[in-house]
Amino acid sequence: MSVVPAEVLPGGALGVEETAPGGGAAAELGPRARLWPSLAAVYRAQLSRARVARIPLLFVATFQSVGIMIMMRGVVDSRGEAQSVVAGSSVVVVAYVALNLLAQYFGQLRASGGLDHYATLPVPPASVVLGAAAAYASFTVPGTLVTAAFGCVLFGLPLGNLWILVAVIPLAGAALAGLGAACGLLAPRPELATLLGQLGMSAALLLGVLPPDRMPGIIRLARDLLPSTYGVEAYARTFGAHPDWAVVLVDLGVCAGVGVVSLAVATWAYRRAAVR
Amino acid sequence: MCAVRGLTKTYAAVKGRRGAPGVPEVRATDGVELDVRRGEIFGLLGPNGAGKSTLVRQLTGLLRPDSGGVEILGHDIVRHPERAARILAYLGQESSALDELTVSLAAETTGRLRGLDARQARGERDAVLEELGLTPIAGRALKKLSGGQRRLACFAAALVGERPLLVLDEPTTGMDPVARRAVWAAVDRRRAERGTTVVLVTHNVIEAETVLDRVAVLDQGRVIACDTPAGLKERVAGEVRVELVWRDRAPLDVPEVAVLRERAVESGRRWTLRLAPEEARAAVATVTGGAAFAALDDFTLATPSLEDVYLALGGAARQGLVKA
Repeated sequence: MSVVPAEVLPGGALGVEETAPGGGAAAELGPRARLWPSLAAVYRAQLSRARVARIPLLFVATFQSVGIMIMMRGVVDSRGEAQSVVAGSSVVVVAYVALNLLAQYFGQLRASGGLDHYATLPVPPASVVLGAAAAYASFTVPGTLVTAAFGCVLFGLPLGNLWILVAVIPLAGAALAGLGAACGLLAPRPELATLLGQLGMSAALLLGVLPPDRMPGIIRLARDLLPSTYGVEAYARTFGAHPDWAVVLVDLGVCAGVGVVSLAVATWAYRRAAVR
Repeated sequence: MCAVRGLTKTYAAVKGRRGAPGVPEVRATDGVELDVRRGEIFGLLGPNGAGKSTLVRQLTGLLRPDSGGVEILGHDIVRHPERAARILAYLGQESSALDELTVSLAAETTGRLRGLDARQARGERDAVLEELGLTPIAGRALKKLSGGQRRLACFAAALVGERPLLVLDEPTTGMDPVARRAVWAAVDRRRAERGTTVVLVTHNVIEAETVLDRVAVLDQGRVIACDTPAGLKERVAGEVRVELVWRDRAPLDVPEVAVLRERAVESGRRWTLRLAPEEARAAVATVTGGAAFAALDDFTLATPSLEDVYLALGGAARQGLVKA
């Protein structure tokens, strides 16, 4: 079906090599994709996937957290505990989507050879990882807001400081999405990536929602090691009449720090997974 | 344009675990040497597991070879694998990175990640979708398309953001004839206008014979022949392929048929024989007359195809190549 004889092609006849092996002028390379434009392109493409595949899962994430709060309503008796439950349930939405679903996504992409698509494009690894992480963090916004507002009404907490979620969602989102992406890209098999994501989410659920005062020491330590805890605490502190903003800032700073480190690890893991 | 020297890649042995048998060490590419010239459609032909995809993954910088070199347009791809992405466009067998995007967004995003700015990416996207006849389904998600349409959409994404070399791994799998023609017309246009070179992986011999300028036949990681399709077929020009299909079973009580059996490759009721022309004539005379004819369901005589070349060259996989 090919109708063009090779001899009439522009640039000379067949068999004439334009560069001698090992020497001669190398051809000009195509442009490299720059960090921010390609990050924006990946982000936009990932957001559009939500319309096709993710909306049912976002409902599940929200209903799960609302359900937990309704269950805890009968158990919780003090205001402090109510604050932990509402803050914890809100951050569980972030953990479910950013950690669990992102780990699954990257695990499957890696196992199916889908990473080849990105690896044969001149795009910086950070654009792919950060674009996907940012998109998954964005998926959590509606669910987290609904959960937080519902929880405040259910437990009679003030709605005045809900704006802190504007900081909590991206920072906790960065930390958890970075962990999720790293798990997905490092796990040797996709089932393991799913398992790690599920375990991470279960940890965020158990250690984040239950009030810490009743936990044994070792569990508390585990709670302190989990990055989502700092998002929960930052949010929980803002329910008070006079929140200690310095401590809130420290908590959010921990989230940001973990976010930077985990996203850097995820970027390294992507580079490692893409070229074998 | 693209020179491959002594390319070797060995996959390590996998130890057996609790009941599961181990996998021995596999040499996926074994001292492969190739020269692809500018503007040609160069094919890699071989059965499943011959090492075609491993070779392509090494050409595209996705897989580091154990030894050997790949040079594309003067760039050393083994030392600088990241440069491959700026020289070539690759269409792999998997579409999972694009599956949940619309056709339009898949093409546009790929263009953006190939370094185009937003306006260029949209412009090239529209042009390529129009060229391939994908405009009517531009708004549909790849996942919702048929296999052939999805493949065509991935091919479209590979064309957005022009590259001097296209590496296509079985691009027309599952496509209908209209889509296939759109693919080869798009390839030819780029060849005529810009001198684009194509490296094509295929195990479809019909396609190989019609579109390729030259073809390398791979078997067990080695290049066992490399020539034009016509040149390869000349190597077995002295042979004719005879295929016999028996109604029930072969009439082995006919002595001439019993003799033919020794030279036949049997596959159920079908016998395939490669014979010199006069032998073929005698064989046909035997089976179309007398007792043998009563047992015969169908027979064909054919000049050799690339499949026959492959088998004549000693291709290990006796099942041959896909003919479709």
